[in-house]
Amino acid sequence: MDLATIVKALGLKIRHGADLLDRNVTGGFTGDLLSDVMAHSSEGDLWITRQIHQNIIAVASLKDHAGIVLVQGNEPAADTLEKAAKENVPILVSDLSGFETAGKIYEILNVRGG
Amino acid sequence: MTLREVKEILDAEVLVGQEQLDKEVRTAFGADLMSDVLAFAKAGSLLLTGLTNPQVVRTSDVLDIAAIILVRGKKPSPETLTLAEELKIPILTTQFILFETAGRLYQRGIVGCMERVDEERVRP
Amino acid sequence: MTKNVFAHDASLYENRFPVEGGNFDKAGQVSSQIKAILKRMKLSSEIIRRVALVSYESEINIVSYARKGHIHIQVKPDYVLIEAIDEGDGIPDIELAMQQGWSTASQRIREMGFGAGMGLCNIKNFSDFFRISSDVGKGTHLKMVIKIDKVFDGI
Repeated sequence: MDLATIVKALGLKIRHGADLLDRNVTGGFTGDLLSDVMAHSSEGDLWITRQIHQNIIAVASLKDHAGIVLVQGNEPAADTLEKAAKENVPILVSDLSGFETAGKIYEILNVRGG
Repeated sequence: MTLREVKEILDAEVLVGQEQLDKEVRTAFGADLMSDVLAFAKAGSLLLTGLTNPQVVRTSDVLDIAAIILVRGKKPSPETLTLAEELKIPILTTQFILFETAGRLYQRGIVGCMERVDEERVRP
Repeated sequence: MTKNVFAHDASLYENRFPVEGGNFDKAGQVSSQIKAILKRMKLSSEIIRRVALVSYESEINIVSYARKGHIHIQVKPDYVLIEAIDEGDGIPDIELAMQQGWSTASQRIREMGFGAGMGLCNIKNFSDFFRISSDVGKGTHLKMVIKIDKVFDGI
């Protein structure tokens, strides 16, 4: 399923990557411990986290994630946005909690098919 | 829903709290960082986490967490189990990752809890 | 001193990347470069995934705990050899450091999501061969091999 569908369905705010929304999302991964994300997330995942510092970009890039969704209305740090632009990593913001954000994305991916 | 239903939905193993499976839960919170649990988790909520140290149990006790759900097959340390038994906090473990665990529970009607501990809000 | 069994094959690619201790701004850059290079060399995505992880965890360890270090990568026909060598305080108890969850990370580092005590475990789990040695007061040396050819058993 393309990222645009998810962004629209959840009303996610786009902080970077309006031109990258045709990316294919094949799953989701929730995590704030970067070692965990490195070891257990997959290519094509939408990474759901509350970490806003610029090191999330390296991780998302190394793992070929579809994008990063920051939860609880957390906004990315300025240098995070700079890196996101350099590495072409979509950064989206959800006002909902991590649980609700994951719940809704899971629902869309599984009910409508991803 | 009851903890028993949570157990079924997540195909979970009950490590502590076999006698508490009739407990009712309505909300859930997922966290990897202790400070987040302390700041945001709501009383009576389920805590979905990969943290397996005793601090998770202490915090859950302080916040009146209904049950700890360890995700991705994580197993608690012996000290954590002992403490949970002592404080009577149920611990379940599921093979699903946090994303899927949240997804499955959300589909069945469990909602999130977003208040900061220092805010009061009347729930309908 | 063990014989260096990895010296014999000619490298298809070799490079040495410096890593600055304490610089979380740059942390991950070396691993990204390595990944890009391996992609250009058309290694399988499985190999690239493992090398990227091993490189990243090593790089973060140097940034988190050492004054400085470097990552040395050699791509051979049958395997990728990665060495992470740093100058720093070293590790007094390696067995303890290898335990899952054991960490000496500062609060600041933990809040960023690092320092969960899984780095060395991950490196070991994702490598086909892993060696760690350390001198307290001097630094730490990690050596990791990821096999390209499944038939290879040169170790």
